[in-house]
Amino acid sequence: MKKWRLVAVAAMAAMTMAACGSSAEETTAAATEAAEEAADAESAETEAAAEAEAADGATWIFGGTGPTTGDTAIYGNAVKNGAQIAVDEINEAGGINGYQIQWLFEDDEAGTETAVNAYNALKDQGIQAFIGTTTSGSCMAVVAETETDNMFQITPSGTTADITIPDNVWRMCFSDPAQGTKSAEFIDTHELATKIGVIYDSSDTYSTGIYENFAAEAQARGLEIVATEAFTSENKTDFRTQLQKIQDAGAELVFLPFYYTEASLVLRQANEMGYAPKFFGCDGMDGILTLPDFDTSLAEGLMLLTPFAADATDDLTVNFVTKYQEQFGEVPNQFAADAYDCVYVMKQAIEAAGATPDMSVSDLCDAMCAEMVNVSYDGLTGAGIQFTEDGEPNKDPKAVVIENGAYVLMD
Amino acid sequence: MSSFISFLINGISLGSVYAIIALGYTMVYGIAKMLNFAHGDIIMVGGYVVFVATSMYGLPGWLAIICSIVVCTVLGMTIERIAYKPLRGASSLSVLITAIGVSYFLQNAALIIFGADTKSFNSVVNLPSIKLMGGKIVISDETLVTILTCVLVMVLLTTFINKTKTGQAMLAVSADKGAATLMGINVNRTIAITFAIGSGLAAIAGVLLCSSYPVLSSTTGSMPGIKAFTAAVFGGIGSIPGAMIGGILLGIIENLSKAYISSQLSDPIVFGILIILLLFKPSGLMGKQIQEKV
Repeated sequence: MKKWRLVAVAAMAAMTMAACGSSAEETTAAATEAAEEAADAESAETEAAAEAEAADGATWIFGGTGPTTGDTAIYGNAVKNGAQIAVDEINEAGGINGYQIQWLFEDDEAGTETAVNAYNALKDQGIQAFIGTTTSGSCMAVVAETETDNMFQITPSGTTADITIPDNVWRMCFSDPAQGTKSAEFIDTHELATKIGVIYDSSDTYSTGIYENFAAEAQARGLEIVATEAFTSENKTDFRTQLQKIQDAGAELVFLPFYYTEASLVLRQANEMGYAPKFFGCDGMDGILTLPDFDTSLAEGLMLLTPFAADATDDLTVNFVTKYQEQFGEVPNQFAADAYDCVYVMKQAIEAAGATPDMSVSDLCDAMCAEMVNVSYDGLTGAGIQFTEDGEPNKDPKAVVIENGAYVLMD
Repeated sequence: MSSFISFLINGISLGSVYAIIALGYTMVYGIAKMLNFAHGDIIMVGGYVVFVATSMYGLPGWLAIICSIVVCTVLGMTIERIAYKPLRGASSLSVLITAIGVSYFLQNAALIIFGADTKSFNSVVNLPSIKLMGGKIVISDETLVTILTCVLVMVLLTTFINKTKTGQAMLAVSADKGAATLMGINVNRTIAITFAIGSGLAAIAGVLLCSSYPVLSSTTGSMPGIKAFTAAVFGGIGSIPGAMIGGILLGIIENLSKAYISSQLSDPIVFGILIILLLFKPSGLMGKQIQEKV
């Protein structure tokens, strides 16, 4: 009898711990730290060796994380490879301030705890600045860590607005709200349409965030939004009614700020109805051409806001795409381009600050952050990339249009 | 006017799918007196079978549909045999919880087998669509086939129940299980047949649902399942014509409120109407008023 009671008490204790998430997290964090200390003691030898190496010929050690396994592995691998190309180029040209760069990358499986663990593993290997993470959710978790460490961080592709709140965190891609503003700007400056219909996912922060900023910017620019229709995650298969209303309102262009799975249904149902307006999407649309069994002819003429088009003919892009294909055997996507630009922006900031690898992580971060606002860089994802004090990039929006089943850059 | 007709046709099409699913709910409830919450997930299994058959093995559409019906029928009978039959004497709450368990089991099994990414479904219906009023109203081939299938299923099912011995046995079990046993009706066999028919209908509903809205994931069946259950309650659970009328009405109400009130508020409106209806007619539109013995 007593035994059973013990078991019950233990089970209840476990449940209580699991129930209050924050305390459980703290426990995990404490456990991680303890494990780290143990690891530190164990790997004292290795670390000593690394330090000796640094003293001989000091190097920059940049670390990054992203999913290299699982559903979104394509994103993590792109960041890893894109940055590798930039690092190789810089090393070949003599490094940053005369010091070579070492590029380390850990798999974070796009999870939150796994990303923090991956970041800690990189810290153990002595990274001085961090490029990551690749996905938004894990980025939010790691930002809390880098803020405490005052480690310089730039995310190539985390779009959630809150990521750049701490002073040490910067972003290369457009944030969710910025995508809405930039989409409206692009539609207006390219005179794509004056009467616009919008369908958005009202149960999703990504989609709602883009829509709200799009609507505000469109109004400021005198674009007329003739119909705004919503759907929710419970009701995301039938868009005929929404499309019918938008068609009746006379929209010339339909803005679709959501992911490609639902967008494939919108395109198909519009086609069945015989409704053929212009369609315009954001980065969530990237991937529609590779959706299994999707009839890509339906996506013909679809435009999407993306910072990078692999078929662009400028020297920088051609050089990058050629190297990427030689080394990794595939055409790079926007994630690879963003990561490539991150490395070069860091190079500019370090050079402007006159920093050296013997500085502490925190001093290096302060020095780099002070110079980030002065950076002006012509990269793969835009010419004259600058950063605001909030950590957001300022660059011209680019868009691609799907022609003959491939992305083509719009002028 | 042409827009209104389009909205109406879309509503009837959506409602027809709800109606076919609701038939499965209502039959099982009428005869076994249990809510089979795994019914929606059998729809999902039906969709995946067709997906595997057409996309991976390149089978023609009609053969894939037959495969799907066979697999779902066998699956439905197996679930009944393993999960529900041992609980025949247990309280209805235990059976309900088991059904929810089966539902999660099916969803997670699909997640393990097919992964989390959404599959794009190739429609098995490939006919030209119909254009009316100079192209203002377009009725897609899927819409037409869905509505016709719904009517056909309804007619066949009513005939089956009224004209065959097995159908009469179902009615008898539904009316009084104990008395039916005394009359020499094999209750277990009758319930197994009910599950087989319900699951076969779920397979048909799955094919129609995935053809009209061609995406497939492990949760494809859950929301239509809940809506169809609502439709069954709306029409009066246990009543076959009730499920049919409830399903179609639900589809029309949902689509018209989406069109004329708000695309965001369509679900709250549907469920709001259900609540109001149940306040005035507690057993649904066509439900039988039964005095419960307490």
